[in-house]
Amino acid sequence: MLDLPFFLDTLSTLIGGVPLTLQLTVLSVSSGAMLAFALALMRVSGNPLLDYPARFYIFAFRGTPVLVQIYIVYYGLSQFPVLRQSMLWPFLREAYWCAVIALALNTAAYSAELIRGGLNSVAVGQIEAARALGMSRPLAFRRIILPQAFRQMLPAYSNEIILMVKSTALASTITLLEVTGLAAKLISQSYRPVEVFIGAGAIYLTINFLIARLCAALQTALSPEKRAAPAPAQSPETEAPRHG
Amino acid sequence: MADPTLAGRPNTPAVELAGIRKSYGHHEVLHGVSLAAQDGEVVSILGASGSGKSTLLRCINMLEIPDAGTVAIQGEAIAITRRPGQPPRSADMAQVGRLRAKATMVFQSFNLWSHLTILENLVEAPVHVQKRDRRECLAEAEALLARVGIADKRHHYPAHLSGGQQQRAAIARALAMKPSLMLFDEPTSALDPELVGEVLKVIRDLAAEGRTMLIVTHEMGFAREVSDRVVFLHRGVVEEEGPPAELFANPRSDRLRQFLSREGWKTSAPC
Ligand SMILES: Nc1ncnc2c1ncn2[C@@H]1O[C@H](COP(=O)(O)OP(=O)(O)OP(=O)(O)O)[C@@H](O)[C@H]1O
Ligand SMILES: [Mg+2]
Repeated sequence: MLDLPFFLDTLSTLIGGVPLTLQLTVLSVSSGAMLAFALALMRVSGNPLLDYPARFYIFAFRGTPVLVQIYIVYYGLSQFPVLRQSMLWPFLREAYWCAVIALALNTAAYSAELIRGGLNSVAVGQIEAARALGMSRPLAFRRIILPQAFRQMLPAYSNEIILMVKSTALASTITLLEVTGLAAKLISQSYRPVEVFIGAGAIYLTINFLIARLCAALQTALSPEKRAAPAPAQSPETEAPRHG
Repeated sequence: MADPTLAGRPNTPAVELAGIRKSYGHHEVLHGVSLAAQDGEVVSILGASGSGKSTLLRCINMLEIPDAGTVAIQGEAIAITRRPGQPPRSADMAQVGRLRAKATMVFQSFNLWSHLTILENLVEAPVHVQKRDRRECLAEAEALLARVGIADKRHHYPAHLSGGQQQRAAIARALAMKPSLMLFDEPTSALDPELVGEVLKVIRDLAAEGRTMLIVTHEMGFAREVSDRVVFLHRGVVEEEGPPAELFANPRSDRLRQFLSREGWKTSAPC
């Protein structure tokens, strides 16, 4: 039987881990997105010297478990004296930053392919029209390709963010007390895994539900062309072309 | 109507192509095409599917870079870098951008930018390419939309317009650049038959106001009525060229005669 008072007590303890879970998500997704954008540009550059390194990166990070990546960053970086003596060491030695780095590197690999897919989805005719009206490549990229690619990839990207929220649970394996870390600690004290994990699951579900809604709202706001046409101004009929 | 072959011609042609060649792989599509249009002239380009009409038009604004030959717009030759073993490319992208803004193109499939409203489609390039004042551009765009009869659609997205309305908007978008030359690549071929008329009407009005236009079309009646000169392209060469009255009534070459009869056109010449 579910012990309700214990469950509520657990829930309030676990909610204390939400800020850390969200921090890990926001930091890794935002920095991962920047790296992903660079990787996607390398992939679509058409230059093998840029394309192949990006391909290899994506292959490596999609082909190995996030947990392994977290361990490599957390336990592996301290093996390099260069890093230990560097200015970055105060960061790199923190489990918090190791988790952010590993998660960011991981999401960058997946997101790069999403961004590349978005860029490739832009119809040739849209780009030709931009060129035919005198737009330079950078201008056409900024004004036409990027906005269309962004709208196209947003649904898949919201999925990736949700996957990242769930991946932050792995940070508990390197001592971080985010929601799952707190849950593990509570279980070792109470020996009541069912209530604790149901509580943790409910929290993740709520976060992800909110993220999905937020992204859907953003998608709608950015895609007025998918909504119904605005109400006709005065005349419901289009006027015929005026006689010249 | 001007004749580009006149000796000591007083005006530089609006556009002049000389010896244009273009291959895709080992397949040469254009075998040295020369063509000119004077200011105010309307030239229709006819030809069977695959004869190279689109390729020729796209060589004018460098959407395709010709392998050989020159393109000059209002006397300014477009610089092309050609090195053996490499595909040709534009030598000066800034020049190409400037000339494209002067010689705007209207596509068969409209290609309005789907994420922008009709009004935004019209001001996008004038504001960002020509760096003109946004408010001024908006006012001009409204006037252009009224002119092509879709003022009430200015806040709609392209997806909410019929094909005919989209093409009229695309023509207005090309006009918003204040071009000195307009290129039309089968502007009505993607339209339902009942929508063709409204687009042809807009183009006809442009011809009447003396715009310089190169029009690739399969609308024979329209080409005959609106053009100052007709060019018949066959397998990448100009097979026949002349005033529409002559060309349609008395085609000299068998190829043009066959082409016209396939298009359902009755010529006066015996077959
Ligand atoms: N990008 C390309 N790559 C390879 N071949 C091409 C390309 N574009 C055109 N071609 C070929 O060049 C030839 C001429 O094509 P083009 O589109 O200029 O013909 P067209 O006269 O416009 O025909 P249509 O009336 O069907 O539009 C065709 O054989 C076509 O297959
Ligand atoms: Mg064509």
